[in-house]
Parts: sequence; structure tokens; C-alpha cells
Amino acid sequence: MSATLAVVGNPNVGKTALFNALTGLSQNTGNYAGVTVERKTGRVALDGATAELIDLPGTYSLAASSPDEMIVVDVLLGQRAGEKSIDGLVAVVDASNLERNLYFVSQLLELEKPLVVALNMMDIAARRGLKIDVAALSEKLGVPVVPICAHRRIGLDKLREAMTPLAQVALPVSGVRCPFPEAQLSALQALAADLNSRPVLRRTIHPLEAFRVMVDENGYAEQRVLRKVGPEFRPALTEYRRRAQVNGANLAAQEARARYGWVREIMDTCVTRPKVRPKSRSERIDNILTHRVFGTVIFLTVMLLVFQSIYSWAAPVMDLIDSGISALGGAVSAWLPPGVLQSLVVDGIFAGVGSVLVFLPQIILLSLFIAILEDCGYMARAAFLMDKLFSWCGLSGQSFIPMLSSFACAIPGILATRTIKDRRDRFTTILVAPLMSCSARLPVYLILIGAFIPSQRVLGGLVGLEGLTLLAVYSLGVLVAIPTAWTLKRTLFRGVKPPFILEMPSYKVPLAGVVLKKAFFESREFVVRAGTLIFAVTIIVWALAYFPRSTAIAETYAAKRAQVVRNTAEAQAQEAALAALADEEEGEYLRSSLLGKIGHFIEPVFRPLGWDWRIATATIASFPAREIIVATLGTLFNMGADEDEHSDSLRTTLQLARREDGVTPVINIPVALSIMVFFALCCQCSATLVTIRRETGQWRWPLLTFGYMTTLAYLGALCTYQFTTALGWGG
Amino acid sequence: MTCTLDQLKRHDRGVVSNLRGIGNIQQRLLEMGVSDGAEVEVLRFAPLGDPMEIAVRGFHLTLRKSEAALVEIEA
Repeated sequence: MSATLAVVGNPNVGKTALFNALTGLSQNTGNYAGVTVERKTGRVALDGATAELIDLPGTYSLAASSPDEMIVVDVLLGQRAGEKSIDGLVAVVDASNLERNLYFVSQLLELEKPLVVALNMMDIAARRGLKIDVAALSEKLGVPVVPICAHRRIGLDKLREAMTPLAQVALPVSGVRCPFPEAQLSALQALAADLNSRPVLRRTIHPLEAFRVMVDENGYAEQRVLRKVGPEFRPALTEYRRRAQVNGANLAAQEARARYGWVREIMDTCVTRPKVRPKSRSERIDNILTHRVFGTVIFLTVMLLVFQSIYSWAAPVMDLIDSGISALGGAVSAWLPPGVLQSLVVDGIFAGVGSVLVFLPQIILLSLFIAILEDCGYMARAAFLMDKLFSWCGLSGQSFIPMLSSFACAIPGILATRTIKDRRDRFTTILVAPLMSCSARLPVYLILIGAFIPSQRVLGGLVGLEGLTLLAVYSLGVLVAIPTAWTLKRTLFRGVKPPFILEMPSYKVPLAGVVLKKAFFESREFVVRAGTLIFAVTIIVWALAYFPRSTAIAETYAAKRAQVVRNTAEAQAQEAALAALADEEEGEYLRSSLLGKIGHFIEPVFRPLGWDWRIATATIASFPAREIIVATLGTLFNMGADEDEHSDSLRTTLQLARREDGVTPVINIPVALSIMVFFALCCQCSATLVTIRRETGQWRWPLLTFGYMTTLAYLGALCTYQFTTALGWGG
Repeated sequence: MTCTLDQLKRHDRGVVSNLRGIGNIQQRLLEMGVSDGAEVEVLRFAPLGDPMEIAVRGFHLTLRKSEAALVEIEA
């Protein structure tokens, strides 16, 4: 039976670096059940004992308001189901930022658990001219204090030594407490006694929890207790609060005053600071990186680099994965007899695996970039620079990176929203991110523009009409996203404006280990969690397109093939005729499949958009991913499924395709525009929807996203078609 | 002389004397050390004029002007 120790501390104090250094490779990363808060555990070998280490999310206070903070409080108080109770704490404290860090330590002392302080970043403190009397600090806090430098792995042996009694549960609990006014303490005791006398609570309330219930009005602790004891406790609580106040002061302010007063006294005894605050290295870097002109230019360059990497650098690897999987599928299909099994393996399983793996290069690259930007401290600067722009539609600067990433692909974009603290801001960003024009829309645009938009110069010959159309459909998403976010923030996610109060951490060189681990775990989670569902959706759509397999069609085409073999002597011509027949047969099957029937059935819905049933069918088939529409159109028009956006023959076929009357073209300019507008605004991407489900924890958010985007897409396409037809663009 | 934090210019210094009102924002400011008696210095404003960056209790903090308007300063 080994002890469970928690590593706690403020954000940006090098907690993860220390955790990695202590546990090495023996780590488990996942999420806490039901929330996307990272759960990291590992084992640490100590002198003669091992202990389980939990790396809790960084937090500034035990007054919980965000999901991260709630997890920290729950785990520390032993109230999170499925988590072991904590035997001791390792508090990581930033020596160069002692004052605010000790504020948190003063709260940790009230947990009444054995505690060791790891005084990190001693090198930076020394560079800033801070002299810390470690022995005096240890005496003042009543706990062991070990100076370390987690980045350079200095002092870790001493820390392990100090942790050994923790692991053996032999370290006494410090008796040091931050002094609070007498009135507050007696009111607190009365509140705790009152709560503990109520059997409905079914547990003893920890003094620290009682403290939070009292001080944090409408806070997490209060809500949880009131849920159990009922709202009729509210007047009593108000009375306890009134008794705790000194001269009517606010309790939160009273807490801060007491704690910072206590911290100041410790600082005065244990720390010698230079008279004049020397300009830190970070401050000098910030003079450039957040400069009005240079800062903005550098920011745009960095973002361009991030965007370029996920947009173009990932492309060759994605193509490689794509062709690798098709080649593998081809090789396997040669082994299998033609029929349902072959189709399931090639068009179902391999296509399904491919549609998951194809996202990996983008996800790995983006999570690497985000990990680097976060670890070096630039992320906070990016939010600082962009905040004003985003505050116009009710969001904050933290939404910038997710939005930008979504231009490459909404999935890494949605994953990137994890850095947004406020839930309402985060959900709004997740819901509008799929509106950004991702790379999967490009094939749809390219084939339709290539086939239907006349190549002529406009605006005095400066730009081509084709380029202009591409720009227009690309911008459409952003233009719609702004009012959408604005509306969401005023309806579904209405509420108090979340504070934008961020620490600007000191710059530091990112640690390769921390960055790589983060990217690795994020990518693995995507493949495992989202991957299975994306795979399932692909198989379902495959089945819809495959069944029922009519024997009548098979017989007709067998006869036709026999006829070709009989009548065409020349080998090459025979081969070409047979290939054409095979494509025609595939088309016939698809048209008579369940999917084709659904397409016919819902055609009336899409008729006002100028679409015939074939476009409707291809649109439904492209539910797993937008780009599938190109291949499906290829099959529907008897071209075979291996058509892509560069295919001239598909372009010509689309131009020549006629409706059943044999005269009206299936697609003209208004129809092409209406398809593009539809695909610009719709959420035909099961991978995105599955990712939204995973990140929000509920199905209603992906359903809402799909619903509102499809509505917008339909209305947009409807207006486009009707308007351009009225203009006479339909010819 | 009393003013609010958002009214300070770049490089101005002052001491926090009070937080106006109480709520989510004030709670967060208090945790981050913006409480009475804390010395603050305005380091810079973002290129679009908002938010601002300050030095407080030995570290750097960014906040919006609307939030800084809740912080009373004894300059």
C-alpha cells in the first residue's frame, strides 16, 4: 500500500517539468471522467519507498470557479468519485514570484495535510537579485522547503529525500495558519458545526470547505452544499457571513487582506529584494514582442507559420497516408473475391481508418505548436494582442488560435479551445469554429469553380473571376461566424462577461520533453476516442451506399459484358468498354441503393436550391466528410469513384450532365454557386461533430452545431440560387 | 489623489486602495494579488489600446480597462 501524493501549484511554475522529472516514463495521461481536464499520474521512486504522484491542474486559489479548479478542490478534499484520497502534498512554488505563490500555500496549509514545498526557479530568482533564506522560510511555514531548478534537474535528490517521510505518511502536519479576524474564525466554526449537525449532508465537512462556503458567494462550494441541505439554509448562511465581517468589509477582500498581510510578513523576514526593481529579461523581450508595430508584425508572422504548417506542410504527409491506405486497400482487395466483403474492407474499413489517420499530421503539428507557444509563454501575449478584436463579438483573445487553426481543419481548432478558461467563451468558440473554411472544402470549390465559373478578368483585369469566387466563398465563413458568435454570446451563452485577467508568465525556453509528451498524448487521444466514432459513421454511410445489391443489375451488366467481349475484337477497345461498363454498373448500384432512394425522397427539399436528386444524394453521402462529394458525384455520373478535383473528365461530365428531360443542365452557374455556399456553411463532417461531442461531453452541442449550420447553409444556398437565377446567370 | 487603474498612463505607479463592488472579477483580481496595499506599475497597453499589462507583487498581469476601472489607486 503506497501513498498517493498530489503535486499542486500555480500555473506557470514549472509543475509539469517537475512532475516529468520525478516520474520519468511511468506516466498515465487521460481525462477526469466527464470533463476535458487532463488527469496525469505517475510513480516516483523514493529512498526505500515508492509513491503514486498526481499532477493536478495549475490553479491560483482553492476558491473554485473553473472546471480545473473544481477538480483540484475535489481531489484534495477526497470528494471526487474514483480518485484515491491524498496522503500528502508537494507544493511547487515559483521562487521568482514568491508573494502570489505563498498566497496559495496559505490556503494549502488549511487542508491539514503533510506538505513539502519545492521552491522552483531558484536560478531566475537569483538573476533578479532576490535572496531567499530557505531555512527561515521553512521555519515560518512549518514545512520542509527544498530549493530546486526543475528545468535543469537541480535539487531533485534533496526533494526526493524530503518526500520520503511524506510517502511513509510520517511527516507531521504543519500547525502554521494564516491569522484571520476573531469574528471570522468563530463564525466559521459555528457554520461548520451547523452543517455537520445536518444528517442530509451525509459527511463531515472539512474546515477548508466550510471556509469556501462562507467566503465565496454563489461559489462552487456554496452551491454544492445548498444542493444537499436545501435553499432554506440560505438565510442562516447570510447571517454567518454577516457575523464574520469586520466593519462590514467584504469577506473576499477580508480574506485577501489577511493572507497577503501574512505573506508580506514572511517576505519581510525571509527575502531580501533589490531596492530598485531591475528590468527583467521578459520585460525587455516584451518591449519588442508586444510592441505596437513590431509586436503585431511578429505576431502575424508566427500565426502565418502555424497556419502554413497545418495547411501545407501537413499536406504531403496527408497525401502519403491517403495513397498508402488506398494502395493497401487495393492490395487487400486483390486477395478478396469481388462482392460485399471486398467492398466492406476497401470502401468501408480502409476508407474509415484512412479518414481518421488523415487528420493526424495536422493534429500533431498543431498540438506541437500550441505546446511550444504555451510552454515558452507566448500564448498569453497572443491573447493580449488580439483581445480587443475578439471582444467586439463577445469573445476574448484566447479564441484566436482555435479560430485560426480551424481554417486548416476544425478538429485541431476545437482541441485548441482547451486553453480557454471560461466555459461560455469556450463553447461559443467550439460552435463557430466549423464555420471557418477548412481545407476539406477546397476540393468542392475547386471542381465547381473549374467547371462552371467562366475564366474572365474582372476589376480592370486585376483579378480573375475564378479567384474572386474562391475568395468570396472562403470569406463567407468568417463573415457568418462574427454575427453567429455575437448571437450565441447573447442567447445560449449569455451571462456575466468573464474576466480577462491573465498572468503574463516569464518567457522561458520550452522543454522538449514537456512539448513532445503533450503532442503525443493529444494525438493518441484523438485516434482512440474520436477515431472509433468517425470509423463507425464511415461504415454506416458505406452500408447505405452499398445495399441493397440488386441481382437484376448484376445480371444486366453480366449480359452487357458478354456482349462487349463478343463484339469487340481489339484488346484495348475491349478493355476501355469494359471499364466504362464497370463505372456505369457502379453508378447504377449507387442510384438504386438506400442512399440513392433517400436522395430521391428528399429531392423536393433541395429543389428550391436548384439541386436534382443526384446532388442531394452526393450531399448526404458526404456527411462523413465534405470532400467525399467529389468522388460520389463521379460515381453518380458513371465516372468511377477515383475522380478528384483535378480531373478534367469529371469537370466535363458535370458540365454536360442533363436532367431526365435531356435538355436542362444538372448544374449551371447558380446551382454551382448554391452548392458552394451550402458547403461553405454546412457541417458535413462527422469527425468535427464527434470531436465537439468529446470536448463538450454532451451530444446536444454537436446536434446544435449541425442543426444551425445546416439551416444557415440551406438558407444561404436558397438565397444564392434564387437571387442569381433572377439575375439571369442561369443562362 | 485617488483615481482608477485604467486612468493611469504607461509607466505610472500607484498603490491599490480599494476594489469597487464585489463579484467574479473582483474575486479573481484579489487572488491575483490586486488587493489593497499592493503596488502597481502600468507596463504597457495592447496595440489596440486595450487590454493593459501591469506589474503587481513581483509578476506581470494583463487585464481589460473595464476591469481596471474597478481598482481604486492612490497615486
